[in-house]
Amino acid sequence: MNWSSTEHYRFKDHLNEAIVFARRVFFALLLVITLFGVLIYRFYDLQIVHHENYSTMSDRNRIQVRPIAPNRGLVFDRAGKLIAENRPSFTLSLIRERVKDLDQTIDRLSKLIDIDEDDKTNFYRSLKQRRRPYEPVPLRYRLTKEEIAILAVDKYAFQGVKIEVQLVRFYPEENLFAHTVGYVGRINEKELSQFTEDDFKRYSGTHSIGKIGIEKFYEHELLGEVGVEYIEANAHGRRLRLIDEEQPEAGKDLHLFLDTEIQRAALKALGGRRGSLVAIEVKTGGVLAMVSAPSFNPNLFVTGISVKDYRALNESKDIPLFNRSIQGQYPPGSTLKPMLGLGALEKQIVDFETKITDPGYYQLENDERFYREWKKGGHGAYVNLHKAIVESCDIYFYDLSFRMGVDRMHEFGLHFGLGSRLGLDLPSERSGLWPSRPWKKRVRGLAWYPGNSLNMSIGQGDVLTTPLQLAVMTSTLASKGKRLKPRMVAKMGDLETPLVKEESYQGYDQNWDFIHTTMKDVVHGRKGTAGSLGRKMRYKIAGKTGTAQVVGIAQGEKYDSKALAERNRDHTLFIGFAPADNPEIALAVIIENGEKHSATTFPVVKAVFDQYFKSQKALKKIREKAQKKALKKMPKKILATEQEPQGKSL
Amino acid sequence: MSLINQDFLRQLPDSKHHFGRSVGLLFRIHVDPILLVLLLIITCFGLTVLYSASGESQRLVTRQLVFFSIAYCAMFTIAQVDMGVLRRWAPWFYGLGLILLLLVFVIGVGAKGAQRWISLGFFRFQPSEVLKIAVPVMVASYLSHRVLPPNLKHTFWCLVIIGLPAVLILRQPDLGTSLLIGASGLIAVFLAGLRWRFILTSLFVVGASMWPMWMFVMKDYQKQRVLTLFDPESDRLGAGWNIIQSKTAIGSGGWEGKGWLNGTQSQLDFLPESHTDFIIAVLAEEFGLRGVLSLIFLYTLVIARGMFIAWAAQNTFNRLLAGSITLTFFVYVFVNIGMVSGLLPVVGVPLPLVSLGGTSIVTLMTGFGILMAIATEKKKVAS
Repeated sequence: MNWSSTEHYRFKDHLNEAIVFARRVFFALLLVITLFGVLIYRFYDLQIVHHENYSTMSDRNRIQVRPIAPNRGLVFDRAGKLIAENRPSFTLSLIRERVKDLDQTIDRLSKLIDIDEDDKTNFYRSLKQRRRPYEPVPLRYRLTKEEIAILAVDKYAFQGVKIEVQLVRFYPEENLFAHTVGYVGRINEKELSQFTEDDFKRYSGTHSIGKIGIEKFYEHELLGEVGVEYIEANAHGRRLRLIDEEQPEAGKDLHLFLDTEIQRAALKALGGRRGSLVAIEVKTGGVLAMVSAPSFNPNLFVTGISVKDYRALNESKDIPLFNRSIQGQYPPGSTLKPMLGLGALEKQIVDFETKITDPGYYQLENDERFYREWKKGGHGAYVNLHKAIVESCDIYFYDLSFRMGVDRMHEFGLHFGLGSRLGLDLPSERSGLWPSRPWKKRVRGLAWYPGNSLNMSIGQGDVLTTPLQLAVMTSTLASKGKRLKPRMVAKMGDLETPLVKEESYQGYDQNWDFIHTTMKDVVHGRKGTAGSLGRKMRYKIAGKTGTAQVVGIAQGEKYDSKALAERNRDHTLFIGFAPADNPEIALAVIIENGEKHSATTFPVVKAVFDQYFKSQKALKKIREKAQKKALKKMPKKILATEQEPQGKSL
Repeated sequence: MSLINQDFLRQLPDSKHHFGRSVGLLFRIHVDPILLVLLLIITCFGLTVLYSASGESQRLVTRQLVFFSIAYCAMFTIAQVDMGVLRRWAPWFYGLGLILLLLVFVIGVGAKGAQRWISLGFFRFQPSEVLKIAVPVMVASYLSHRVLPPNLKHTFWCLVIIGLPAVLILRQPDLGTSLLIGASGLIAVFLAGLRWRFILTSLFVVGASMWPMWMFVMKDYQKQRVLTLFDPESDRLGAGWNIIQSKTAIGSGGWEGKGWLNGTQSQLDFLPESHTDFIIAVLAEEFGLRGVLSLIFLYTLVIARGMFIAWAAQNTFNRLLAGSITLTFFVYVFVNIGMVSGLLPVVGVPLPLVSLGGTSIVTLMTGFGILMAIATEKKKVAS
């Protein structure tokens, strides 16, 4: 409306146009200067005001701080044989931030090399865990040379795919030390959630952590200290230049008391049966052998066990993952008798000559129940302590326990380490159960009955012991009351672990000697229960057999008459030490549902003792050689002047 | 004395005499020496930065040099054109540009989901480049025939002239170029004296239409760019990476810079597109605020020179065209530096005379050729 009326008298006015244009140009110029001013202010703000910030950010971009994983400490057996080592292994890893399409990349990779579902599952699991940006996440471990070559050819088609060399734990003896040395595995969610900030730092270069056994117990010492390298890297993560470096500190090497050959002999003698053996060096408390059968291959766990393998191990009725030696709690049966017999002697409840008559059963006053003897018809009249142990007479011990009473039995058992954790340097040791009057009141809410004492005296009823406890008890018997804390590790780095003496029990020498002689007669005596073992031994040992009625320890077992029948058979046990008159090694064996000793415990005992003496000889040779070498290395001058003390030490 | 001076100056005319009535050699061949010198300085500066930004690639720098040679030739050639002819041929020129744009949709080739090029076998070119010149020429030509300031009807037709190619280019999609072409036309309309009330009203309307734009017109990647501008931290490794890295590069440069070829952000590939759109960040990192100020100062001089040429031009067509070309150049500079420093969304605008470019350099220098033609035409008429 307005414009149509003005159209008429608007002519082209060149001067006015030029003036309007000039004004607009002037305005535009102002605008240009203002806007450039804004830009300049912006750059001033970024480059001067916040320069420090951005400088730091730029450095952080440029300089990558990468952890260097320390070498995990090695584990040796007592002869210096390597039983847990680190082997280089090539790992295929992905850097999440650099991979555009993860699924597609993995798909393409799995066309080139073998990547199974477990690898993928593990990969995605560790992808979800806390990690630093640009940290490679392992996808496939243990690449073969062929696979590396295949990947190298197509390297440029894969962004963010990396082949790394890592040291991966390897257990050369496979199932021999699965329960003792244990294994390492990938750090899982639960372990991560318990990490402190310091732990996150210490594990920044490490993917694995000790899961069980020595590997777990000595995790801190084995791990070592992480190193750091500062490298200049470009945006693609390619390493350009090393700026600075802090070397990692390798973990400490561990030297165990365990002897590979004894371990091997024991496992072989166990012959596929379920059971456990613990052998202890009497003088040191060092565990020479600790076998829990069936065992498994710990190498399976190192880089992540497959679901199938794990299920097989975990759901097996034989529970191979369970360390029977320190977690299995068994009724000790008659193996308690030497210890209790000694107790009765010490407390002067019986003497060497005390005799009872054994009609095959025992009755308490005001109790109609018959407490039966394992041998039908009994051991006859004139059963003394010697006979009661050698022939394992229950009735004698019923009577003994009735007279001794629970309190004294309990008190005496404590000297031998029953009923409590012994402080072995392995995780998840169990305490067993050494009943007492207060215990029964507290846990069962019931008073102690004399019948309970009777059961306790033959290692039944509530009594539970671990094979380790039995071995320690035996060792204490062998050393005449000097109980030592059992230990796995003899030397950590260059440092020997200390020998820890528990409160030792002194008694009358003649009582100790009597028990030693009696135990020797169990094996070598005419009517000893282990006579068939004694006839095969070429040297004298002392021991005691035991048989325990079964309360199956397998969990979640379904009713299966045949299997149950097999698994309802008695456990067979044996404790012993050798040589009988100057004990060096003490052991305890238990065979689950072994029923008969001759084919179960005895071969194991023989194998272990035989191998021990063989190993001792070999060890002596090794040590002599080492010493000779050391002597040769010494300058002759010193040798001449210090001949006297050198000779002594030899 | 004065005779000697005159003789000397005839061969090397300085600016004072240039604006005087004497006609020098450069003048006769339609070269504006001030503009030329400024452009050459920026070009050399640009090549220096590019050498560093491209990771010391001689290949890229040589390529850029070749394009600059072609571009300077184009500039000198265009400078010879009679502006009257250009004005008369404007509709044909513009029409040709539109046809090429439509052809892009039929036989165009592209990359990264955008179809922007026409392939001529031995080389590819973007028709939108033609429009960068054609649109201001057409608008200026249209308005030069009309009574100014433009009324609503003429403004409407101007908007049609501008809008057609702008929408076509937006559909390629190429938001950056579309906005710049729109801006070049609108600047001409503004310089023609479009009434302030129209301007304010339309600004209001544009503001009000932001919401439907956001909802229905903008592509996801464009939205993403806008979003990450406001919160670049939200997607550090994705969309925000560019802005964060360029700000880090700029900020870490400080006053003095890290030195030529020593910028860690750019040399270690943290800065994406460091030799194209984000090249100012390389300059800021290696030459510091000093370098940035120098460059902005040079740009300001170029713009001031262009404005002066526009102001001194003697007819409306020349004035509008010169003004539009100059201010469009400013818009390029401002949008690029603004986006690299995180003030504006990342829309993909190169930094004129510095970023690695191909045909865009030629287009740019063609614009300066027109400026030179206008600058010297005035003189011709005057003499």
